[in-house]
Amino acid sequence: MDNFLLLIEKPDNVPILAMLFLIPFFIWLAYRQARQTDRTGVPSDAALNDKVYVWPYLCRNEFVCAIIIMLILAVWSIMIDAPLEEMSNPAKTPNPSKAPWYFLALQEMLVYFDPWIAGVVLPGLIIVGLIAIPYIDINPKGKGYYTIKERPFALAVFSFGFIVLWIVLMIVGTFLRGPGWNLFLPWEYWDPHKLVPLTNVNLSEFIGIQDAMTANFFGFAVVAGYFALGPIFYFWKSKSNKFLQELGLVRYVIVSFLFLCMMALPIKMILRLALNIKYVWVSPWFNI
Amino acid sequence: MNEERKGLIEKITNSDIWKSIFRHGYEKTGRRYTLQVLQNVWLHLHPPRISRHALNFRFTWCMGGITFLMFLVTAVTGVLLMFYYRPVAEYAFRDVQALEFDIPFGMLLRNMHRWAAHGMVISVMLHMFRVFLTGSYKKPREFNWAVGVILLLITFFLSFTGYLLPWDQLALWAVTVGTNMASATPVLGNEGPFTPTDIITQSNDVRFALLGGTIVGPSTLLRFYILHCIAVPLVASVLMALHFWRVRKDGGISGPL
Repeated sequence: MDNFLLLIEKPDNVPILAMLFLIPFFIWLAYRQARQTDRTGVPSDAALNDKVYVWPYLCRNEFVCAIIIMLILAVWSIMIDAPLEEMSNPAKTPNPSKAPWYFLALQEMLVYFDPWIAGVVLPGLIIVGLIAIPYIDINPKGKGYYTIKERPFALAVFSFGFIVLWIVLMIVGTFLRGPGWNLFLPWEYWDPHKLVPLTNVNLSEFIGIQDAMTANFFGFAVVAGYFALGPIFYFWKSKSNKFLQELGLVRYVIVSFLFLCMMALPIKMILRLALNIKYVWVSPWFNI
Repeated sequence: MNEERKGLIEKITNSDIWKSIFRHGYEKTGRRYTLQVLQNVWLHLHPPRISRHALNFRFTWCMGGITFLMFLVTAVTGVLLMFYYRPVAEYAFRDVQALEFDIPFGMLLRNMHRWAAHGMVISVMLHMFRVFLTGSYKKPREFNWAVGVILLLITFFLSFTGYLLPWDQLALWAVTVGTNMASATPVLGNEGPFTPTDIITQSNDVRFALLGGTIVGPSTLLRFYILHCIAVPLVASVLMALHFWRVRKDGGISGPL
């Protein structure tokens, strides 16, 4: 418990503590407005286009907001000092070594994937996927108001990615990861000598394939099947779906690829934590 | 007395000097409200009129504005910090210590800079969340969402480059962990897959380009300092101008055009 209290007191962790309250608050705020829209109906174009003068109405809001935020920032700066540890020493590695808090979700992915996926490919795909959102989400509804009913899939995917795979992993990385990047619950002592036996096996070994070449092909088949079978099956099953036809094949392929890439993280987490699976695909050049 | 004061105010606002600076009167008409925005270089980023729902705190969460405010705070405090800080391995840590113990209000300055930067990271993430939830990225605002994603990355990168500058253990190892990832880049990183390791070595891969060395050292400090204080803020300013201008040109923060 002392460890956890020390962590909470760390000045750099204040933003994460703040987010523990801010994120649920804003989710609640958005949810309430979405439910209201879904119950009372979508605001008309006329209502959304109802105009007011920027001066004084918007400028007044901005002014009030700026004063409140500056007050909070001033109090925060007076109360809590920025951290300064001892002078940098390349010969003395702290354990655990943590990236800045906003990158801890990425560092957390390193537990489940090799650095080239967790540190390069997946972050790259996050950026590409975010930029692609407006071009692959062709649903014209839900523009300019909170709603759940009109775009459940888009909301579910984005909220899962943002809240669970980004914010929650960040919190886990900050508060629950100790020496050796081992998982420590808040009341546990951070024992630097804690030994966690790594009994992980590759998926091919798990089902009894010993030969490296066979394992390579097996891994390729699993990964290719993961990305191909689901989307093909769904496409074939709901060919006549009007929405799917509007989406078009190219968009559909991109959406399913990005979605499956995102879901690869929780799937790998479950495989690792429940079945001690290390790699799904072991090849001579890389491991996934 | 009141009459006298009113007369005085009128005299001032009717003087040639005042009128040369402020080109509008003070009557309560729509024409004056419009002129007030259009004839002010700072306010004219706004359109003269906006949709009513864009005023609602519950709708906007004010997060975009807060992000910009935090950027301004870090710019001002950052310039002040630059007077006291030298990006040289021998001096950097001592200068930060001097800020804490010797320089009047140095600690407050550093605190404000750091907390405003953290605040900016939080507010920019919440801003993106809000823009998604309200569907404000949809046609015709697709491109501005893309600019926003780049600005989100720039915010992370600004914060990350600044993390190294105190040159303490926290800074060194956080940046070491972060930049180690670059060596795992496929083909271009020394430890990545498909890398021809006889050509791409530790001393010419992407990590080396980022650090200016094989470990986080003095040249990294200088590189990150220049990126943090000059290069990235410049890019951020240009993209912010584009972002705000597009908000206006695409028909306000959200809703039908």
